Amino acid sequence: MITARYHREIPQRYRLEAGKCTKCGYVAFPPRLVCPKCNTKKFKPIVLKDEGKIITYTVIRVGPDKFSKETPYAIGIIELNDKLRLTAQIAGVVDFDKLKIGQKVKLVFRKIQDDGKAGIHMYGYKAVLV
Amino acid sequence: MRDVVVIGAGMTKFGELWGKSIKDIFVEAALKAIEDAGVKQIDSMYVGAMSSGLFVGQEHLGAVMADYLGVTPIPATHVESACASGGVSFRQAYLEVASGASDIVLAGGVEKMTDGADVTEALATAADQEYEVYQGVTFPGLYAMIAHAHMKEFGTTRKQLAAVAVKNHRNGAKNPNAQFRSDITIDQVLNATMVSDPFGLLDCSPVSDGAAAVIVTTMEIAKKLKKKPIKVIASAQASDTIALHSRPSITTLGSVVNAAKKAYKMAGLKPSDIDLCEVHDCFTIAEIVVSEDLGFFKKGEGGKAAEKGLTAIGGKIPINTSGGLKSKGHPVGATGIAQIIELYEQLNGKAGDRQVKGARIGMAQNMGGSGASCVIHILEGGK
Ligand SMILES: [Zn+2]
Repeated sequence: MITARYHREIPQRYRLEAGKCTKCGYVAFPPRLVCPKCNTKKFKPIVLKDEGKIITYTVIRVGPDKFSKETPYAIGIIELNDKLRLTAQIAGVVDFDKLKIGQKVKLVFRKIQDDGKAGIHMYGYKAVLV
Repeated sequence: MRDVVVIGAGMTKFGELWGKSIKDIFVEAALKAIEDAGVKQIDSMYVGAMSSGLFVGQEHLGAVMADYLGVTPIPATHVESACASGGVSFRQAYLEVASGASDIVLAGGVEKMTDGADVTEALATAADQEYEVYQGVTFPGLYAMIAHAHMKEFGTTRKQLAAVAVKNHRNGAKNPNAQFRSDITIDQVLNATMVSDPFGLLDCSPVSDGAAAVIVTTMEIAKKLKKKPIKVIASAQASDTIALHSRPSITTLGSVVNAAKKAYKMAGLKPSDIDLCEVHDCFTIAEIVVSEDLGFFKKGEGGKAAEKGLTAIGGKIPINTSGGLKSKGHPVGATGIAQIIELYEQLNGKAGDRQVKGARIGMAQNMGGSGASCVIHILEGGK
């Protein structure tokens, strides 16, 4: 992944910046140019709250090459308290059998992966159990 | 719109075809289809392939395949819709003949997945790169999350998931073109190496090479060629959010529901009218969810139905008589066409040991990604 491609997502990955449709209230994460619900093109920037729960999850035991050092790892769909959903690794889980749908989590700032060619560290959000 | 029929089919064996190139296998399937149809020329062709650029470093497949098939200068188009590329290729051929733009069109699909690419990474390009794949999700991972949600919501069990794999292997063992022609047991599925919880290796379709092609034409030409016409009575396609997490429900595939609604309406049929169905069982849970979203079973009942044998040959609605993606193999771009070929053989009464008695109406459901696209066709056998 080239540096520019990583860099332009920083507002979302570092600060959870989203766009809220000024007409219907749809929250777009990442921000969009047009609302998929009402087709309005006006959004105002908001910052998502970092707490939520696990909607579903899995433990990836055969991962892509770039995650080979971390495999196995847990990943889930997280619903934040403002109802917005996103996909994130669930970090710091020692016993995968204890993972459950509905568990409360908090998003934290972590290193996600390294870029193989440029060698840059790439960061973002992971969920941790609370 | 004109009536459109399928009059010829050809496919390679699916599997690890290390001795053959992507061009070899496509041309092999296309030549068989042309020969089977008994046509002298084709007017146009479509090549469905998900990611030949990543798998073998070759794009521009329309021109590549037209060249090697020896049919230049006819129009030749590569269509891509992830694992639904084959189904969309067939739909494009259907639309071209239905519209009157062409009379005889070849719809093909191909994928060469064992030539050394990082298959997990290539397949993951069908998901949201920035907001799913970046976090480390894989395709087994996405469907595994659907499975966990389905288990929590409806009480679906790992054994019910395993029943899908066991049934599809039983069917695939009777298909000479299948990658795996062996029976497996529930215990083997449950005890296989874990890939992505709750999936073991035998809950997942394999990495495969393969190509498939059919010839699509008009009713008049089929009659002239004295072919039993297998008529396309519905062609429907729908899309959904690219990211699984953006959907209102994790256990319903909106693209399947929407495409099915259109397909049933176009054919004037309901789920109980379908005699057999090929569904996109890339993972065991996919067959269960799709069997519900197509209306064969109530939401949440798909797992029980598989366990009770309602989807076996001779059951209420035989699903994946070919062996499905699980046992027949899943060369992603070829899958949608291979499904059409299974219907073509079944509706012609030529499916051998896996023949569904009296099969007259068949459905093929092909989807891409975690269900961000779905294409459905309904075919009717000639009387
Ligand atoms: Zn809106």
